[in-house]
Amino acid sequence: MTSYLPENLRKHPAAIWAGFALVAIALAALPFVLSMAGLAWVRITNLAILFILLSLGLNIVVGFAGLLDLGYIAFYAVGAYVYALLASPHFGIHLPFWVILPIGAAVACLFGVMLGAPTLKLRGDYLAIVTLGFGEIVRIFLNNLSEPINITNGPKGISRIDSISLWGMDFGATTRFGNFAIDGLIKYYYLLLFILVIVIVINIRLQNSRIGRAWEAIREDELAARSMGINTIKLKLLAFAMGASFGGIAGGIFSSIQGFISPESFTLTESVMILAMVVLGGMGNIWGVIVGALLLSFVPEFLRYAVTPAQQFLFGRQIIEAEVLRMLLFGLAMVVMMLYRPAGLLPSAVRKREFAKASS
Amino acid sequence: MDIFLQQFINGLTLGCVYAVVALGYTMVYGIVQLINFAHGEVVMIGAMVAFSVIVALAGSGVPPLAIVILGVLAAVPACMAVGYTVERVAYRPLRHAPRLAPLITAIGVSIILQHVALLIWGRNYISFPQIIPTATYHFGASETSATITNIQIAIITLSIAMMVGLVTLIYKTRMGIAMRAVSQRPDVAGLMGISANGVISFTFVIGAALGAIAGVMIGSYYGIAHYQMGFLLGLKAFCAAVLGGIGNLAGAVLGGILIGLIEAFGAGYMGDLTNVCTLNKFLPGFAAMCEANNNMSVFGSSYKDVFAFVVLILVLVFRPQGLLGERVSDRA
Repeated sequence: MTSYLPENLRKHPAAIWAGFALVAIALAALPFVLSMAGLAWVRITNLAILFILLSLGLNIVVGFAGLLDLGYIAFYAVGAYVYALLASPHFGIHLPFWVILPIGAAVACLFGVMLGAPTLKLRGDYLAIVTLGFGEIVRIFLNNLSEPINITNGPKGISRIDSISLWGMDFGATTRFGNFAIDGLIKYYYLLLFILVIVIVINIRLQNSRIGRAWEAIREDELAARSMGINTIKLKLLAFAMGASFGGIAGGIFSSIQGFISPESFTLTESVMILAMVVLGGMGNIWGVIVGALLLSFVPEFLRYAVTPAQQFLFGRQIIEAEVLRMLLFGLAMVVMMLYRPAGLLPSAVRKREFAKASS
Repeated sequence: MDIFLQQFINGLTLGCVYAVVALGYTMVYGIVQLINFAHGEVVMIGAMVAFSVIVALAGSGVPPLAIVILGVLAAVPACMAVGYTVERVAYRPLRHAPRLAPLITAIGVSIILQHVALLIWGRNYISFPQIIPTATYHFGASETSATITNIQIAIITLSIAMMVGLVTLIYKTRMGIAMRAVSQRPDVAGLMGISANGVISFTFVIGAALGAIAGVMIGSYYGIAHYQMGFLLGLKAFCAAVLGGIGNLAGAVLGGILIGLIEAFGAGYMGDLTNVCTLNKFLPGFAAMCEANNNMSVFGSSYKDVFAFVVLILVLVFRPQGLLGERVSDRA
């Protein structure tokens, strides 16, 4: 881990461990602090972590391998529906979480390969459109696969999805130790945090591996990469498959936290949001992507709490809905970042060089 | 046969609208190799502006045809302004940036335009005022024969007129020569005294004007407008442009009409073709299901939005240059 830290810190291992410990304590205490302001904030934090997971998955495709995927939400949807179908009264199947998770990841991965195989020969902008179309196709199918055999229950969605249960502990219910109650949302927070740490470690290891460097080479110059003996098709496919699996895992957890899913949750808007998070933070930089996802998850929530009352106070009525403002923010983030800071808030070193070279 | 002819007419009408929108994509792509994601939104704004003008004038005693023309006359400059601004602000500064950058700003612009429209016109479907009464003409003597409405005739005629106008502009005028020169080699065109930036702006503006008219056409055809109407329309038109061969004007028209026809026939016949009860003759075993409900289509007309994308994927896999396109070198 130490090689990703600044030079002056690397010489003081004790300081590093102290730093880690402080961050860990802060993260562990966070849900209790937040729940003082209301459990809604814990829920928002959980969703933010889900968005970080999704952004990290998309970052593999867009950031590492440089393939613009505009239908990423489709894999999230696949993961969510796999969980919902295998753990709800809809089919009467109730498999445990740790059985479904790999199935969800594998099915999403399969979809990633299905999408990638015919399209990866294409140039970047065509790929963007095809993935966009793929996202729409998946949503249209989810909406209509209720006839003649009811698989997805159509636009009505699937409800009463099981909450995750591990080692006899139900994540959907409140646990009590005497007077001390831990809400289900807080338990989910720890579970998500645990998965997030694993995903971050995988991402860091991946980025600096042989595969990660090959992706980077493909992104910079595909022809040169191929002449260096990199099997570009295979590696691009791998990027798609891995990104898709992370999306599938996040989808499964989303499904169990919400307890209800419908095709409405998986529109192009969500794909664009995740892309905006990756772009804002800095494509290809793991920490940048995390910052981007956090900013674009929390700022709109603060806006929701601040803008509506402020408008009521100033104008006596609501002029701009918070939801609209949120989407305008996503759009602006993408345009402004590309124009003024194309490598993102926390740019990866290589990306920075690439964009600087291009503009000179 | 009547149903076939009817689907053909509906498909042709829709195809003409797709073709006009696809021309906007293909012109811009031909000249700057950029997918203008915001083009669908320009179409939507065209429909919305025309809608506002038509509603404002509806009760004023002005003749209905004049009101519609005024609506179009308001929509075209509005869309031209949007097209110009988008190019100037979001695309021009990134002309030499990596490909990913303008693509991402294009998506951003598209989201911004959609939500600005939402702020102005609200999030509900608004019904396009039908101030010109619809007249229906039959193709045969019987009441069940295929029909064509005056709106459909107007859309088809207007589309053909615009296509002819565009071809004249590109192949017969000095501006057209400049556009073709810039699309081949912008830097050399610059050496010949052509303002490449000016020509590119002009291309965006013309594309936007076509988009505005397409917006009015689709609005009056369906009778409704919505702030998200441009998104799917734009995507399908893009599929049409790719099908015909992106950068190729005739290709965009051919692709647009083909997509329109595929959609109409697909929506019309898909349900019957995939009905398991019909399959029962060849694949017995569904009889029990069919007794309860005779309409057991696996893919009904609700899948009509899928066809354009399936066509797109097939084209990109088997003939990436499109039907009429030339083999393009990979300039990624």
